[in-house]
Parts: sequence; C-alpha cells; structure tokens
Amino acid sequence: MEILLSQLFNGLSGGSILLLAALGLALTFGQMGVINMAHGEFIMAGAYTAYVVQNLLGDAGLSLLVSLPAAFVVGGLLGIALEALLLRRMYHRPLDTLLVTFGVSLVLQQLARDVFGTAGVDVAAPAWLSGPVVVFGTAFPKTRLFILALALVAVAVLASLLAFTPLGRRIRATVQNRSLAESSGISSRRTDRVTFFVGSGLAGVAGVALTLMGSISSNLGTAYIVDAFLVVVVGGIGQIKGAVIAAFVLGVAQSWIEYSTTASIAKVVVLAIVVAFLQLRPQGIFVVRTRSLV
Amino acid sequence: MNLKSFLTGRWAVVGGFVLAAVLLLVVAPALLTPFRLGLLGKYLCFAMVAVGIGLAWGRGGMLVLGQGVFFGLGAYIMAMHLKLADAPASTGVPDFMALISSDGVPFWWEPFRSGAVTLVAIVVVPALAAVLLGLATFRRRVRGAYFAILSQALAAAFAILLIGNPRSTGGSTGLNNFKGFFGFSLRDPANRLTLYVIAVVALLAMVAVARQLMVSRYGELLVACRDAEERVRFLGYDPAAIKTFAYAVAAVMAGVAGALFVPIVGIISPNDVGIVPSIGLLIGVAIGGRTTLLGPVLGAIAVAWAETSLSERFPSGWTYAQGLLFMLVVAFLPGGLASLGPVLRGWRDRLRPAVPAEKTSVPSLSGGS
Repeated sequence: MEILLSQLFNGLSGGSILLLAALGLALTFGQMGVINMAHGEFIMAGAYTAYVVQNLLGDAGLSLLVSLPAAFVVGGLLGIALEALLLRRMYHRPLDTLLVTFGVSLVLQQLARDVFGTAGVDVAAPAWLSGPVVVFGTAFPKTRLFILALALVAVAVLASLLAFTPLGRRIRATVQNRSLAESSGISSRRTDRVTFFVGSGLAGVAGVALTLMGSISSNLGTAYIVDAFLVVVVGGIGQIKGAVIAAFVLGVAQSWIEYSTTASIAKVVVLAIVVAFLQLRPQGIFVVRTRSLV
Repeated sequence: MNLKSFLTGRWAVVGGFVLAAVLLLVVAPALLTPFRLGLLGKYLCFAMVAVGIGLAWGRGGMLVLGQGVFFGLGAYIMAMHLKLADAPASTGVPDFMALISSDGVPFWWEPFRSGAVTLVAIVVVPALAAVLLGLATFRRRVRGAYFAILSQALAAAFAILLIGNPRSTGGSTGLNNFKGFFGFSLRDPANRLTLYVIAVVALLAMVAVARQLMVSRYGELLVACRDAEERVRFLGYDPAAIKTFAYAVAAVMAGVAGALFVPIVGIISPNDVGIVPSIGLLIGVAIGGRTTLLGPVLGAIAVAWAETSLSERFPSGWTYAQGLLFMLVVAFLPGGLASLGPVLRGWRDRLRPAVPAEKTSVPSLSGGS
C-alpha cells in the first residue's frame, strides 16, 4: 500500500513536470504546427531567471513568488522574438521549423554555458517548502506537491483563458480552421503571436518549477523536450485535456516501470508504449475532426 | 551532341565517378598526412549517413532525426566484435568488462564473436529496426512531425539505454581501445590506409545505389509520396511500403557508416548516437541541398571538416556556428547551396523587372510529407 501510494505520487509528480513542460508546446504546436525545439531552452531560461532573481532579492520565499511571473515574461519575450525573427517566414514549412529551432536551442545552450558556466547552479527552495507532508505513513516532499499544484493551476488558468475570453475564442477558431477564422475578421498573425507568448511563457514557469527539483545547468531543457513532445503527440494536437491525460499517464507509467526495472529501460518501454498506442490512435487521444485528408 | 547534353548524360556520371575516385584514392593519400587522412575517413563515414538522409528526407520527405540509432547499431555491433576479438584467449572477456565485474560476457554479445555474423548483422539489424519502425508508423499514416518526433525519441531512448548499462555497453565512455581489425593490426599505417580505401569504396557504392534509386521509377514514386502522398495512394500504390524502403536503405547506409567509423576513429560512445549528433548529421545535408545526389555528400564532408578545424581553434565557437547554420540555411535557403544559383538569379530578375525572367528549375520542396 505504501509502495503503491508513493509510486503513484512519484508518477503524478513526474507527470506534473511533464505537463508544465508540454502545456506550452501543445498550444503552439496545435495552433501553428510549429515544432519548437527551443522550448526546452525557454524552460532553461525560466530556471536561470529564478537563479538571477534569487541572487538579486536574497530571500528564497519572496524570490520564488517574484520569479514565477518574471520567468513567464522572459520565456514569452524569447518566444515572441523567435516567432518574429524566424518562424513567421516558415509557417508553410512546419518540418523545417524543427531544424531552425534546433539551431536556436544550440545557440541558447552555448550562451547559457558562456554566461553562467558549465557547472550546475542551485536555487534555494523557500523554508515553507522544505520537508515532507506525511500521509498514511508515506512522506510526500512539499516541493513536489507545490509543482503538482502549480501544474494544475496552470492548466486551469489556460483552460479558462481558452474557454471564456475573447482571446481564447480567437485561438480556438484559428486552431480549428485558420482560413475561416481569417475570413471572419480574426487577425491570425496577432493571435499567433499572443499564443506564442503564452506558450513560451509557460515554459518559463516550468523552468522555475524545475529549480525546486535540483541544480540547473545549460542542458536542463534537453532532458525534458523529447518527453514533452511525446506528451503532445499522445495527447493529440491542439488539445489541452489530451496533454493533461497523456502527461499523467506517461508519468505514472514511467515511474511504475522504473520501479520494477531501471530508469533507462523504463524510457525505452514508455517509447514502445507510445508507438503501440499510435497504432490504435494515430492522431492521439483527442482528435479535432476535419474533412481534410492530411 | 552539344555540350549541355554531354555534361548531363550517362558519360558525365561515369566521368564524375572516376574523377571522385581518383581524387579520393590517389590525390588525397598522396597529399595528406596519415592523421589528416584518418580524419577524412571519418568525414566520409558521416557522408555515407548523409547519402541516406538525402534519400529519405530530401527525396522522401521523411524528417529522419534518429539516424544516430542506425549509425550506433552498426558501430556497436562492429565494436563488440572487435572487443571480443581483442579479448585474451584464456578468458574471452573484453578488458573493460573484466574490470567492472566477473560475470563474463552477456549472452547477446556471443554471436558477434564470429566475423561473418557481425558483417551480416551490420546490414540486417539496422534494416530490420527501420522496417519495423517504418511499417509501424507509415502504415498507420503517422507522418510529418509525428514521425520526426518518434524517430528523435528513438535516438534519445537508444542513448539512454547505452548509458544505463555500463557493464555490457561501456556506458557513457563507450567502447574504445581497439587493437585489431579482422586479424590486421590497427597500429600499422598500411592497414589504416586500407581502411580508408574501404570507406571510399563504400561511399562511392552508396552514391551509385542512391543515384540508381533516384533515377528509377521507384525514385519518382518516392518524390511523389513526399509531394502528394494521398494522390499516390489513390493511384493504387502503397506509400507505406515506398517510404519504408527508403527509410531502410538510409538505415543500412548509416549502419555501414557506423561500422567503418569504429575502426577508423577508434571509439564509439553515446555521444556519437544521441539526439544532438543525430540532428547534427542533418545540417550538412541541408547545406549541400537535400534533394540533390551529391549535395548531402559534399555538405556533410564540409561541415565535418569545418567542425574539426573550428573546434581546434575556438572550443565553443563551433556550437554557435552550427546553431547559426541551422537557422540561416534552413530558414532562408531551404534548397541548400545547390539552389544558390537559381535563388540569386531570381533576386537579380526581381531587381531588373524589365528583363524577361528566365524560367528557373529549383528542385521543389514542400513542407509536408
């Protein structure tokens, strides 16, 4: 029972990190078909933002609260810069965006190495997040609970943004049918830019959350980007609920297989499960039904 | 016969082959030091992978981000054989394994004691892996970005698997310190020259195979799959089989390249097969011109050469250069240097609208697959 509970919690916790990393990707990939490999480096930028903010403010508790919005803005601005300078030119070539953004991610990583050094840096967790919460004799670290809560809040905010605001309506319309949205008077260019800001900003927030898990270095993003993409692929394009389910399922599966074998075998098995799943549902869990062939 | 048809005809192809063979087999060994020749041999291995990528990505529209896996399969199979052959006859256990534990050789190493099995496996294992993944994805019409992400995840999983099992794969240091190659000492410069010659012959053979595939009926179908897969399906062909075949050919080329890489370079580690090296293999192809036959080869050799000479002088400079190359070439010159002429002509014509624009023939590129 204790093992079951703690493994389930580990899985949910891993899933919540995946979810934070994948949420922004699901948004941008879904709307624009852009495969942003630099998303991982936006996560890294968010993590380094938390590091810089903490060095400026000193107090761990205050700096966490300040760095969450700060990292959102940093990630978002990086995203807007990327969109305006490069991606805007290549919306009709979605596969090539992957290679271009991979180049961006190489440059950002090397930049981080040159600015912050190759060694990892640590961000202190605030006192109110130290130690575990004990339930049924099982210890749950507070930092992991905080990340879980943060992921759920991010989902809730994003979902209500999409469901209830005019901006959300525009985004949903663009995802479903870009040309029809444009002919109804929606500026898809502006919508794209805002979507990219929000999606990349979420990567920044994910980066702040990751500082609670351990030291951060320039290759922080590469560790998460592939798994985050798998979440998007399994969840289905342009679907928040799909990403949520996929993130938690993959997180729990990873944690369970890891418990019975090793971390490296678990990665391979999870990939095999994803490939097998795509045999059943090639478009992911949730599909936006269209009449197009592609 | 006028000059133009002579330059594009069959004799030009044969002549080009002979010229390349003379350059690589006679001129290069005469001019380069043994060390530089070894480096050139390494670049040729990357060029072999590039030929396959050009076929699968440039012609077939499949963005293959995991060629490092097939490269690694070939390389590790060869490395396992070399390690077993080097092992002391009394125990039969390779040096690094004897250091870590006393459990002996894992059972799946045993087949590679035989040189014949190794040589067959270098071709068959990557091909089987590619056919399996290709059929699993293409048959269910998983394509485009989804396929790219899956192939990339495969590279990540492969590298993690290698690092996670240091006892049987050497972990993150990989396999190195090979002494012999099928009974020939790797210390002997004459044998190293022979290895280089083998690499040249392999590369030329692959280019010939790729050319025959490109000019054949199959090559037409492959391009058709890239540009309008549904239409090919409606015409009664099976796009999944067409694409899987190209993917498997590319995988075999990468596997053979990996197998030659091991004795030439002397080390194979997860650093050569993970995500970053796998995508890194694409930049040469993109620069040279992904749809052309020779563009990928020349691009891969040029990029590998630039990497060596830049990293010798500025350690971190190469990463910036590589990143910028990806951004600039893919965003602004998607046809690679091969399309530079037509693109410049297009600009000139736009600047001088009075001159009637000459119809240019750029190999067409569509984003989808």
